[in-house]
Amino acid sequence: MALLSAEKLDLGYEGQTIVKGLDFSVNAGDYLCIVGENGAGKSTLMKTLLGLTPPMGGKVVLGDDLKRSEIAYLPQQTIVQKDFPASVREIVLSGCQSRAGLRPFYNKEEKQLAAENMERMGITDLAKRCYRDLSGGQQQRVLLARALCAARKLLLLDEPVSGLDPRVTLEMYELIEQLNQEGITVIMISHDIDAAVQYATHVLHVGKHIFFGTREEYLKSDAGRYFVSLEKEETTGGAQ
Amino acid sequence: MYTLSDYLQQSFVIKALIVGVLTALCSSLLGVTLVLKRFSFIGDGLSHVAFGAMAIAAVCKVSNNMIIVLPLTMISAILLLRTGQNTKIKGDAAIAMISVGALAFGYLLMNVFKASPNLSGDVCTTLFGSTSILTLQDWEVWLCIALSIVVVVVFVLFYHKIFAVTFDENFARAAGTNVNAYNLLIAVVIAVIIVLAMNLVGSLLISALVIFPALSAMRVFGSFRSVTICSAILSVLCAFSGMITSILAGTPVGSTIVAVDVAVFVVCSLIGVAKRGAVK
Repeated sequence: MALLSAEKLDLGYEGQTIVKGLDFSVNAGDYLCIVGENGAGKSTLMKTLLGLTPPMGGKVVLGDDLKRSEIAYLPQQTIVQKDFPASVREIVLSGCQSRAGLRPFYNKEEKQLAAENMERMGITDLAKRCYRDLSGGQQQRVLLARALCAARKLLLLDEPVSGLDPRVTLEMYELIEQLNQEGITVIMISHDIDAAVQYATHVLHVGKHIFFGTREEYLKSDAGRYFVSLEKEETTGGAQ
Repeated sequence: MYTLSDYLQQSFVIKALIVGVLTALCSSLLGVTLVLKRFSFIGDGLSHVAFGAMAIAAVCKVSNNMIIVLPLTMISAILLLRTGQNTKIKGDAAIAMISVGALAFGYLLMNVFKASPNLSGDVCTTLFGSTSILTLQDWEVWLCIALSIVVVVVFVLFYHKIFAVTFDENFARAAGTNVNAYNLLIAVVIAVIIVLAMNLVGSLLISALVIFPALSAMRVFGSFRSVTICSAILSVLCAFSGMITSILAGTPVGSTIVAVDVAVFVVCSLIGVAKRGAVK
């Protein structure tokens, strides 16, 4: 059974439907990239999968005993966080909040888990640093470590590389790929179609044409070919 | 000429100091969260609601105005923090609306149903809290101590949740934390604090008590825990020294405390600049 699947899902907010009749499923170990233009409903889809926004129609089915609180989430950064006085350790530890439940303080295991995930993301030496003093790439690693504390089966990433420079972007993609190879299922929203077709096993294209399939199928499809070529034109056009 | 030790033998001075220090401690605790959630002005808004509620209490001739003031302020706090998220009227506008509305309504009520001959004196006292702190009854002191203990205990127990909800509401929601319940808790606690603090600095200056210690601490420290602890210590020290100064120099209590808070903020900003310069 699929880890997560959408059945005839309609998306939208404030009474307006953006996307209709979305059908897709994600199996354990997949790397799904969700692409589409701005305003096509990518972020809304993410929020619906997380249960933050109710679907306008259809449903999201969680399989394999996956609980909603076991989905790790890397949200886009908010303005509030840009000058938030918090140490890296405090933020990573806050990923354990669903494990702690109503218990007011974190226990040893949770602190251990936070330490392991900081090690995994290579930010152990930053543990006591203030979040607002870090670079964009370091901040994303902190938030990724926090997400990993929340869950290990499924990771949802909302534009994980926006605002990062090319070198750090590459590092970030490699980090995510490594996590995927360690057995974590990844669902990522991205603007970056090049990256999608390079790293993902499956692609979901939302917008006027909805496409869902493996990366190979996407490259052969009309929508895929069109958008990949469009992307190429944009990058070469920008270079001239 | 009286000296400080003469004053300290007076029970009303001791009572005022106890209430002042406890209020300052409580108000600083949630200050960090409110500043970061962009709700710095909630103190202002709520205290004006409390002012309006006090006017209603005075007009109704209720002997114990807490019965009206506390619930009304709590309801407004809940409404304000709820509107912060997903409504047509955004947080700052909602606060401005409720705050100015309640202020006008309160003054209007007091004017129409004159309760005492010295109206402007009464209004001034409520706004700037000049004398009420010096005429505290025993039960008011006990109430303040009890409420302060409740506030501190609630804050310590929910410290990690409050941090999580403040830092990233969406993540907390996705992780299954009941964000609305914690926002409600924050709203109720802040309402209690505001009502407590009205005795001390009056309703116009409460925001200062809530935000200045937090802002000062944020200049200097980089982790949530050290900012929280530092702002609590700063707030208590400022309130204490402000009250002593006001007793000795005969200045109004509320504005003296706030003046000390402002001075400390300037010092902390300088330390922050120096610290950052040193790192670079």
